[in-house]
Amino acid sequence: MADLLSQFLFIFTSPDFYAAVLRLTTPILLVAMGSIFCERAGIMNIAIEGFMLMGAMTAVVVTYYLGSPWLGALGAMLAAMVLSILFAVFVVIIGTDHIVTAVALNVLSLGATSLIFRRIFGAMSTTPEITGLPIWRIPLLGDLPVLGNILFNQSPLVYLAFLSVPIANFFMFRTKWGLNIRAVGETPRAADTVGLNVYRIRFYTILVSGLVAGLAGAFLSIGQTTIFQEGMTAGRGYIAYTAIVFGKWNPLGALAGAVIFGFADALQLRIQALGMGIPYQFALMIPYIFTILAIVFAVGRVSWSAAYGQPYRRVERSVD
Amino acid sequence: MGEMLRLDNITKSFPGVLANDHISLDVQEGEILALLGENGAGKTTLMNCLYGQLKPDAGQIYWRGRPVEISDSRTAVALGIGMVHQHFMLVPVLTVVENVSLGLASTRGLLLDLEHIETRLNALSQEFGLEVDPRATVWHLPVGAQQRVEILKALYREIQLLILDEPTAVLTPKEVNDLFAVLRRLSARGMSVILITHKLEEVMAISDRVTVLRDGRVVGTVKTGGTTPHELARLMVGREVVFDVHKPPLKPGKTVLEVQNLKAVGERGTLALNNISFSLCEGEILGIAGVDGNGQRELEEALCGLRRIREGQIFLHGQEVSHCKPDQLHQLGLAHIPSDRLDRAVAAKMTVEENMIASHISKPPYSKRGILNLKAIRQFAQRSIREFNIQTPSPRAAVTTLSGGNQQRVVLASALGHQPRVLIAAQPTRGLDVGLTQQVYERLVQERSRGAAILLISTELQEIFRLSDRIAVMYRGELMGIAPVEKTNVDQIGMMMAGVRLEQWRDSLP
Ligand SMILES: Nc1ncnc2c1ncn2[C@@H]1O[C@H](COP(=O)(O)OP(=O)(O)OP(=O)(O)O)[C@@H](O)[C@H]1O
Ligand SMILES: [Mg+2]
Repeated sequence: MADLLSQFLFIFTSPDFYAAVLRLTTPILLVAMGSIFCERAGIMNIAIEGFMLMGAMTAVVVTYYLGSPWLGALGAMLAAMVLSILFAVFVVIIGTDHIVTAVALNVLSLGATSLIFRRIFGAMSTTPEITGLPIWRIPLLGDLPVLGNILFNQSPLVYLAFLSVPIANFFMFRTKWGLNIRAVGETPRAADTVGLNVYRIRFYTILVSGLVAGLAGAFLSIGQTTIFQEGMTAGRGYIAYTAIVFGKWNPLGALAGAVIFGFADALQLRIQALGMGIPYQFALMIPYIFTILAIVFAVGRVSWSAAYGQPYRRVERSVD
Repeated sequence: MGEMLRLDNITKSFPGVLANDHISLDVQEGEILALLGENGAGKTTLMNCLYGQLKPDAGQIYWRGRPVEISDSRTAVALGIGMVHQHFMLVPVLTVVENVSLGLASTRGLLLDLEHIETRLNALSQEFGLEVDPRATVWHLPVGAQQRVEILKALYREIQLLILDEPTAVLTPKEVNDLFAVLRRLSARGMSVILITHKLEEVMAISDRVTVLRDGRVVGTVKTGGTTPHELARLMVGREVVFDVHKPPLKPGKTVLEVQNLKAVGERGTLALNNISFSLCEGEILGIAGVDGNGQRELEEALCGLRRIREGQIFLHGQEVSHCKPDQLHQLGLAHIPSDRLDRAVAAKMTVEENMIASHISKPPYSKRGILNLKAIRQFAQRSIREFNIQTPSPRAAVTTLSGGNQQRVVLASALGHQPRVLIAAQPTRGLDVGLTQQVYERLVQERSRGAAILLISTELQEIFRLSDRIAVMYRGELMGIAPVEKTNVDQIGMMMAGVRLEQWRDSLP
């Protein structure tokens, strides 16, 4: 018992642990910030899981062929965006059910990514040699004792993810577009009657979610590591969705949600690494248990707008 | 004074319905035109065509003599046409200013310019007497204020023609007067108004001309000065309308509903019902009068098992039901016509027959051991559609596709279809045309003769006086008194509606 305690103490006092929290928060946070706009516009978007996976695979392939991880990241964004266009065409224009469509796309993405990857690189044994995204040590700040290594010695995407929070917040609440997005999600018919184009706004916000999710996927495959594995997103898209719900569709709240999950993820990795007499399967469960708890505690409080997750059709009137 | 708008042979059909059949009408500058017609006559459809929400199949719209095509609301607003829908088109979670700013270009580019809008908004509300707090969140505002926001939203866009679809259905008499004062001011400035309403007195009071629709066609356009409510009603319905209910003398049976010292808390956490006590007998109609928002909604909900009771008791047939669930109350023969048609009464996406049967679904013959008897359900639906004259292409049409009044008929059919022993009827004729209002009155009286006990909650004094055997008045969650209809009058009820207790009134009599 005392042994276990001291091991936890060891984990929580090591700066590396906190650096890992930031690193593991990053993909979730990025996806959440990219997706929060279409969420606010009324789209229930769990297809980000598939977008991310597509991004992760594409990043490795493009990096391998073109030799630049930056081009790899760009390729990841574009590939995920193509997938998001598909999603948008279905849910916005055709008006299909958001969840059903997303699940179909996620399954498609899972199959397509491993198929393409194996086609290109053959069996799993020959993982391609690539260089991943660099680490940027911020001058001066990076030299701070303890904090320097935790905060300022990270991948550029880590900085980007955390910077995107205030940006998203500003965009959402201080700009015309943010207001329009919120109105469209809350009461699409009212937005339509004042001349906002519900379809266009929903379409574009989905594209944004695709672009950003692709980048987050790239972070998994060429940021944290330099490999692609089948289904390597492992539900991070769903977790990002949960973070958004947990944060009541506010960027700052979603940040809190993402950090909680980053923390849980880092914890399970450490527990696995240290052995600690806990079966690794249990350790692996930790982030998902956090997800369930977050949903349990958050969903009671959130109030979904009536239009959330509903296709919009102009001719069909709900009232006169 | 020139012509502002002309509709030329506008035609619009939906699957199975010809909603607008070659409709032509015109609106002059500074004119208030009333658009009258039975439920389902096509008024809302026509206005939606004009406002770009629907695309007419045929016909031409002329704006100041120029042919125009209005493909969406943005185009309509750009031309100068504004519309206040019956169900407001506001975003409830946003503030008043934010709602007004939606869809407008900002003076600060991408950034919001709410201060600028607020200043102009304040000027406008002063100019037209439309008082509203620009920073309030819309869902906090009472309906009257929300309607003012809608009008301000239109005025802010410098519209010249304002369309109002049944604006008075949800207003108190004073608010109606205020609204009409605003409309007169608009017309004095050369703006025009198209007003849809079912209340003939209002048409007579405010409009310059009236265009009457029946079954999607124009059956006449008359000058208000040269017509009478009777003539309008006849044009509208196509036959003589009798404005009289024959009510046989009261034969009260045993007490079926008894309420003692009821207390309940409202949305805002304050006491919405305070010490309400009354009893209701078989074969009796008890009217609950009062200005909207004085606890009627909460009383309705408490009696129907939809709101928790803090203190006090409710007895149905002598059995305590204070904390019973709605379906248990149904089993005991209680039926409910909810005041909030859209939130409570209908499941909009479900079909007409599903809606009609929803509260009877667990009873035979509609289901046996959990299995639905589709044939019995269909028969009931078809019978009700005939009986209540519901205009729907089929029992399986979604309720959303019906006109407002026809949705209300579906609610009535569901509540009255199974000989309820106690009926809670809240605003039963809201949104109904004169013909159907009359039918509903007759039906309620029939139910009373059959021995049903009816609690009629209504903000329409006329309705209360016509139907009730006794009248109670609610004010700030309390009953100001209960008086037999023959022993009271409009003045007395009016005083009680303003907060004077019946005993005080008696004391002050010489
Ligand atoms: N989207 C729709 N789909 C199918 N039918 C429709 C649709 N909208 C309206 N209708 C039908 O068109 C007819 C006219 O409806 P409309 O709403 O214009 O009537 P209204 O005159 O406004 O009636 P009310 O006084 O009851 O509001 C009705 O029979 C209605 O069922
Ligand atoms: Mg209507």
